[in-house]
Amino acid sequence: MRYDCLLDSVGHTPLIGLPNLSPSKDVRLWAKLEDRNPTGSVKDRAALAMIEAAEADGSLTPGCTILEPTSGNTGISLAMAARLKGYKLICVMPENTSPERSQLLRMWGAEIISSPAAGGSNEAVRVAKQVAAENPDWVMLYQYGNPANAQAHYRTTGPELLQDLPTITHFVAGLGTTGTLMGCGRFLREKVPGISIVAAEPRYGELVYGLRNLDEGFVPELYDPSILTTRFSVGPLDAVRRTRELLELEGIFAGISTGAILHAALGVAAKAANAGEKADVAFIVCDGGWKYLSTGAYEGTLEEAEAALDGQLWA
Amino acid sequence: MAIEVSIPTILRTYTDGAKSVEAAGATLSELIADLEAQFPGLADRLVEDGSLRRFVNIYINDEDVRFLGGIDAPLTDGDNVTVLPAVAGGA
Repeated sequence: MRYDCLLDSVGHTPLIGLPNLSPSKDVRLWAKLEDRNPTGSVKDRAALAMIEAAEADGSLTPGCTILEPTSGNTGISLAMAARLKGYKLICVMPENTSPERSQLLRMWGAEIISSPAAGGSNEAVRVAKQVAAENPDWVMLYQYGNPANAQAHYRTTGPELLQDLPTITHFVAGLGTTGTLMGCGRFLREKVPGISIVAAEPRYGELVYGLRNLDEGFVPELYDPSILTTRFSVGPLDAVRRTRELLELEGIFAGISTGAILHAALGVAAKAANAGEKADVAFIVCDGGWKYLSTGAYEGTLEEAEAALDGQLWA
Repeated sequence: MAIEVSIPTILRTYTDGAKSVEAAGATLSELIADLEAQFPGLADRLVEDGSLRRFVNIYINDEDVRFLGGIDAPLTDGDNVTVLPAVAGGA
């Protein structure tokens, strides 16, 4: 495939069958390899769409500074696009993220403001909102509430899935901003009667849930639970176990959040197989494992990996 | 009937610091009533006007109860219930 520039090459990712992990010939698993995007993650879609929407409505003009809370991938995607388009990028990122992520951000020219580890992305959002209020001329794209995030998946990821897998019965993805699930989910529900839309959310260590009171909780503005069929919470042990199985049985080297998604996908696939139903279960491979090698998830026993991930934002 | 309930850090002031407690009930609502009897004040942190508080997530065997019937979600002996505050996910 030929493209005029890197930004034009976002999306059109392959959908790969997983014959060894699929429960049977009638219940098949399919992995959408979003690590094949320009900066190596599904976030390239949302980041580019949010920038283009802000350019179109006039809020983002040449030379502007973009501000964004991120645990890594969205920041990296924005940093690449900002570099090519001539914007300055400042990311607010929790300090309990892997060093690969801050190295990549700096390489693409982003500046990083660290937010406290306790509270995880909640704190990054809070700090970013505070910084935005102090710097009214900076543009916060705000992926948790920006409709262009979900719209990117409604416009691209959803149609790609349906084109490659017209027999799709289940779609499984991770729940962070909720953009992938809301956009793909909305599109697929319109086109495929009875489809199941399944969310897998990472369950972190206690540090990340360290709020001062319950009123500091957070639900992304984009989230519409009516799009979902159900939602699973997946801890690090299951996430790491599945990440390793994906590599050992199917050869795919993915990040840890993908392991959590695969865990939920295998759950719904097993349920369909037990009920004697036919199913085509597609799930998102969010990124490759490269940025998480230093977390300890890829070596030692599962229990050692689980212990190493405690307190880290691994998805 | 014993169901293990995992309590998040922020609510352990109600459980004398216990991370995990046992309670009984055939539905989530009965379970919360039993929790309240053991740990007065806890129910009000979880439920408001008959439904779960906005920033409280409860999971039965890792599945979000909002998709299992909410406060009326059925429970069986040996289920695991996890209470967590809703926080921003990675992005």
